[in-house]
Amino acid sequence: MDGIKLRAENLNLYFGQKQILKNINIEFPKNQVTSLIGPSGCGKSTLLRSFNRMHDLSPDARIEGKLFLDELDLYGRKNSVTDIRKRIGMVFQKPNPLPKSIYENLSYALNIHNYPKQDIPNLIEAALRESFLWDEVKDEMKKPAVKLSGGQQQRLCIARTVVLRPEVILMDEPCSALDPISTKKIEELILKLKEDFTIVIVTHNMQQAQRISNKVAFMYLGELIEYDTSDTIFKHPNNELTQRYIGGYFG
Amino acid sequence: MNTVKREQIDSLLKFAFKGAGLLTITLLGGIFFMLFANSILFFLNVPPLDFFTGSQWDPENHYSIFPLLVSTFWVALGSMLIAVPLGIFSAAYLSEMAPKKLQIVLKPIIEMLAAIPSVAIGFLGIVLVGPGLAQIFGIQNGLNALNGSILLAVMALPTIVTISEDAINAVPKSHREASLALGANKWETLFKVTIPAAFPGLIAAVMLGLGRALGETMTVLMATGNSAAIPKGFLDSVRTITATIAIEMGEVPYQTTHYYSLFAIAAILFLITLAVNFTGEFFANRLRKFHS
Repeated sequence: MDGIKLRAENLNLYFGQKQILKNINIEFPKNQVTSLIGPSGCGKSTLLRSFNRMHDLSPDARIEGKLFLDELDLYGRKNSVTDIRKRIGMVFQKPNPLPKSIYENLSYALNIHNYPKQDIPNLIEAALRESFLWDEVKDEMKKPAVKLSGGQQQRLCIARTVVLRPEVILMDEPCSALDPISTKKIEELILKLKEDFTIVIVTHNMQQAQRISNKVAFMYLGELIEYDTSDTIFKHPNNELTQRYIGGYFG
Repeated sequence: MNTVKREQIDSLLKFAFKGAGLLTITLLGGIFFMLFANSILFFLNVPPLDFFTGSQWDPENHYSIFPLLVSTFWVALGSMLIAVPLGIFSAAYLSEMAPKKLQIVLKPIIEMLAAIPSVAIGFLGIVLVGPGLAQIFGIQNGLNALNGSILLAVMALPTIVTISEDAINAVPKSHREASLALGANKWETLFKVTIPAAFPGLIAAVMLGLGRALGETMTVLMATGNSAAIPKGFLDSVRTITATIAIEMGEVPYQTTHYYSLFAIAAILFLITLAVNFTGEFFANRLRKFHS
């Protein structure tokens, strides 16, 4: 499995009686950006969240099939969910900084995972620099994170994920609550982060998917319809549904 | 014709509702006035300094609120030491850990605790908690501050649990997701994210519970032994401000210093509970603003 970081095999997911994901097989290549696109309710966010086991929080969610990070079975009985979430980070749709200071938002995860005290300030600085946020916040690390602008908050959330050096970063429509300028900054950030991380991103924005992704997966009604390089999906998709979705005939 | 009648009913109802509202305010104002007018008459006879600093409540001779205040304080403090951790942990368990089904059963049961009449709880204090304490600590009788604290804790618990649970529930789900997604476990998320975020609400819960404990009369009257000396610890018999008023008001001759003194201590209690309730409301409001 060279070059494949994350994959799902025969994944079915149900909420109660309702089947949300139907037999998904997909592989995400290492150090690339893969976009999940499709109309609302097609299951793309659900698929994304199953990789860092966010569905553990919903008692009526049921999962069949296998998910792997390299060769690690993500739902294996012996594998710790906290360890998996450390290795597979997640950035949410709405920026969700913790109600703490900027500094504490980053130190929180480091403390929980018992990083040595003396390393923490350097790790935080590095993560903030990587997330293009350092220059904007270096003088006000004690300020409550909610006082930052929406775009800054989202970059803080990315920094908070990056600081743990995960292997994969999942992003659930990270720009949908942001203005175009903040969106552009985050897109630049994503392109830089892929040098170090494997990125899977859910987006509603076709142009964004085209700008940032190496590969694109189109989903519809819980099924993976087409999965190919960004070029193929956007220039000559094979499936008619994909073609119509890209063309804006439904959405 | 019809419209005229409807407008008449409309203005009549307006008047009725206005009257009901004003009546409540008048009642409150009347109580306030009565308490303070009588207190002033008391302070004309007894210097305020003696009242606050003396060490004896011995009507006709010494009027000092100090032993009563210390008693009230001990009992209330004890009840909070028991009820606050218990209440907040129950609330946290209910909203964060308990399965939905258990939650649906447990919450009304806890709220039902508030419906038990205080005299029934006082009764339990005499026949159950008192003898129990006497046996555990090897003392002659168990009617003491600790007994009162335990019973008041039970009575304050529903308030504390309900309001804390609301506060914890009101913490946005996105905070928990953020913490969990960083690899924190449920406990770390609860103690380091959820509870700190709910903190103003938890303070409100504690303050309103404390208000309940401070004002409670029947239970402490029955369970704490009512000796008006300065207590040295939780195993001493105490007499709270509320119990003192309840015991002495029936016997006292009208318009004597003793009579006025009861109004004075009631006024002090009133001020204390008012302050506690205001603090509670202040934090409860802040919580509401924060989440809306």
